[in-house]
Amino acid sequence: MKLNRKYKIRTDNLSFWYGERQALFNNSLDIEANKITAIIGPSGCGKSTHLRVYNRIFELYRGQKAEGKILLDGENILDEDVDLLDLRRRIGMIFQKPTPFPMSVFDNVAYPLKLHYKLKGSELEARVEAALKGASLWDEVKDSLGKNGLALSGGQQQRLSIARAIAAEPEVLLMDEPTSAIDPIATAKIEELMDSLRERFTIVIVTHNMQQAARISDTTAFFYRGRIVEVGDTKDFFNNPKDPLTQDYLSVKFKK
Amino acid sequence: MIRRSTLPRRIADSLFKITSAVSSSLGLLIMIIIVSTILYYGASMLSIEFLTSPSKPYGEAGAGIANAILGTLLITFGAALIALPPAMAAGIYLAEYGRDSKLASILRFTGNVLMGIPSVVVGIFVYALVVVTFGRFSGFAGSVALAFLMFPVVMRTTEDMLRMVNDSLRESVLALGETRSRGTLKVIFRAARGGILTGVLLALARVSGETAPLLFTALFADSWPTSYFSGPTASLPVLITDYTMNSPFEAMHRAGWGAAFVIAAIILAVNLVSRYYAEKEKL
Amino acid sequence: MSERVFKSLTFAAASLTVVLAASFLIVLWFSGFEAWKTFGLKFLFTDVWNPSSGEFGALGALSGTLFTSLLALLIATPLAFAAAMWASDAPKWIASPLSRAMDMLAAIPSVIFGMWGIDFICPHFGFSLFSASLILSIMILPYITAVMRDVITMTPDVLKESAYGLGATRFEVVKDVILSFGKNGLAGGIFIGLGRALGETMAVLFVAGGLNMIPSGLFDGCTTIASALANDFAEAEGLHRSVLFALGFILLMLEFAIQILAQLYLKRGKIK
Repeated sequence: MKLNRKYKIRTDNLSFWYGERQALFNNSLDIEANKITAIIGPSGCGKSTHLRVYNRIFELYRGQKAEGKILLDGENILDEDVDLLDLRRRIGMIFQKPTPFPMSVFDNVAYPLKLHYKLKGSELEARVEAALKGASLWDEVKDSLGKNGLALSGGQQQRLSIARAIAAEPEVLLMDEPTSAIDPIATAKIEELMDSLRERFTIVIVTHNMQQAARISDTTAFFYRGRIVEVGDTKDFFNNPKDPLTQDYLSVKFKK
Repeated sequence: MIRRSTLPRRIADSLFKITSAVSSSLGLLIMIIIVSTILYYGASMLSIEFLTSPSKPYGEAGAGIANAILGTLLITFGAALIALPPAMAAGIYLAEYGRDSKLASILRFTGNVLMGIPSVVVGIFVYALVVVTFGRFSGFAGSVALAFLMFPVVMRTTEDMLRMVNDSLRESVLALGETRSRGTLKVIFRAARGGILTGVLLALARVSGETAPLLFTALFADSWPTSYFSGPTASLPVLITDYTMNSPFEAMHRAGWGAAFVIAAIILAVNLVSRYYAEKEKL
Repeated sequence: MSERVFKSLTFAAASLTVVLAASFLIVLWFSGFEAWKTFGLKFLFTDVWNPSSGEFGALGALSGTLFTSLLALLIATPLAFAAAMWASDAPKWIASPLSRAMDMLAAIPSVIFGMWGIDFICPHFGFSLFSASLILSIMILPYITAVMRDVITMTPDVLKESAYGLGATRFEVVKDVILSFGKNGLAGGIFIGLGRALGETMAVLFVAGGLNMIPSGLFDGCTTIASALANDFAEAEGLHRSVLFALGFILLMLEFAIQILAQLYLKRGKIK
């Protein structure tokens, strides 16, 4: 381990329950600042669950419970007195399916800005434009900002979701299989986009696609049955996996 | 960028949550108040005599509501006899033949619109159609009015329930060489009968409490409902109306609550039982 | 039974819907023809109601119908929305008795609401427009709530999650996402409630006071088309009876319009 690494999120001894069923077991994982960390593993291994603890979105559902510590810049976000609204401003999330709200492209992106900031009209417009540019969508929608977000193509909708997530200037972006519902060309665009987002955000992406993890991430973590089996720098991880479980999983996945 | 404090937003949110919890409980509270009022005023009236004697003009001893109970049963089941066969046949058409065709969707739409016709309008309609034609009020005319109210409801329920039957069942029945009509009646209809029965019971319960249509058709009589086809026939809702609106006497008012208790108990019991079975069937 | 006969029979039964709807229009129109002939369109715009002199106008009952129904909607809609919101979010042991209670409330005959209103509402608010609206709002509450509950549960979870994920409060998610996602269905629910309120007879008859004129205040007595029909029909003869049929025709047209709107909005909101 290199000593000069800067960690944005440190997860310490995290366990998670869906009602009676335990889904995560005493996991610890550090997320490096301004890097892309990929979480991989078979379905049901707890990778999405892990992601959904970072912005405490799981709390929308009764019976779901997390224990342990998650330090965001040294502050435990699982503490009772954390301001959830502000936490979610600092940590944005992109979902598997694009989630444009039933309103115009402009209003979609302006939505989080209006929630969290006092902005004048011109400032708001500038911020929306910046976010759309940041998500590489501006050129495609600049003439139709009043169009309903739902009228865009699938790939555009997902980039709109990204623009909306980055508009309020979060520090961390969580991506839960962001390309699994869109076509390969749109996927390539989004991967390219993620590469450019790395400079401004710390990104954690859950993906079932090994090649994607290998292409875009700096660090990769492998989850299996609710436990973290192996974490490493992405190149090392794929070229030289240490744990036999990881070796098995990678060999099967890459042969297919 | 200047950040907004989250405090006012969190306060607005709490206010919203409290308001919605309070107004939800309001519905429950009103329900409890109404039911307990019926229980409180109504239960004290109940006696064997009250339940087994016919109603009598004010002042005569030994009055009850038995003729109205019987009348309500007669009129309601009469309505079922009239409405159910065509309503179920119509439901079969929409579910099995019409399906998503343009024609079927027009008929379905019209059925939904029919469900919204006020019962009082159905009352004057049947008055013009049946009472004027035959020259007399009758329990039968009341049944016709309630049948018009039931028809679209039962049609839509039958359709919905039949449509819930899996298409693979339809195909396998036809594959056995059964004709469409016999397959539908013997197998598909049977598969859906629980849901259809529930829907029919709920519709019966609903129309049995209807008052307005009966004011123009069955009217009321202080006698046993022997002249169902030829003369005014008593019913619980009209008895309640009569005793509440037109009677200055406290005793009548209380008898009205007694009748309210009986009709509400019947309706709620039918509701509970049929919903219970509907839920059990789903599991 | 041959296949073709069976199919034709079921089709004939289904066609009864259209036959019925048409005969309602025809029978009510012709039964009220004398009134239309005597007063013409003026019938719709005057509120005279004088059976002894044979002068009639629909406006008194029509305005009473609209005022009571709209006020009832005004009271019931926010309550229904809140109740639906809460029920869609509450744990099952709260939500299911709550919706059961609403179903029960919907099942109670309107004549009982009327009796209850006389004893519990009129002592406070008199026999008035306000009492009628209050009773109506209680009666339509379960209908609107049921439709709204369906609409709210139709909003996809992932859409709600992504709004929460941006740091929105529950209130903001409801206001900005659920409302705009379900606006057609919600409008449909409101129309369903309005339709019920317009045609409600017995409860209003008991508590509204029965004054056939344009109500000038909240606590004035008033009447509605439905309750005027129930109240006057037995004693009415000749022109008076024809006037009542004409009122019934107006109510029918109103109800058709509302139901058609309700169905269109529900269809657009993709709820059956």
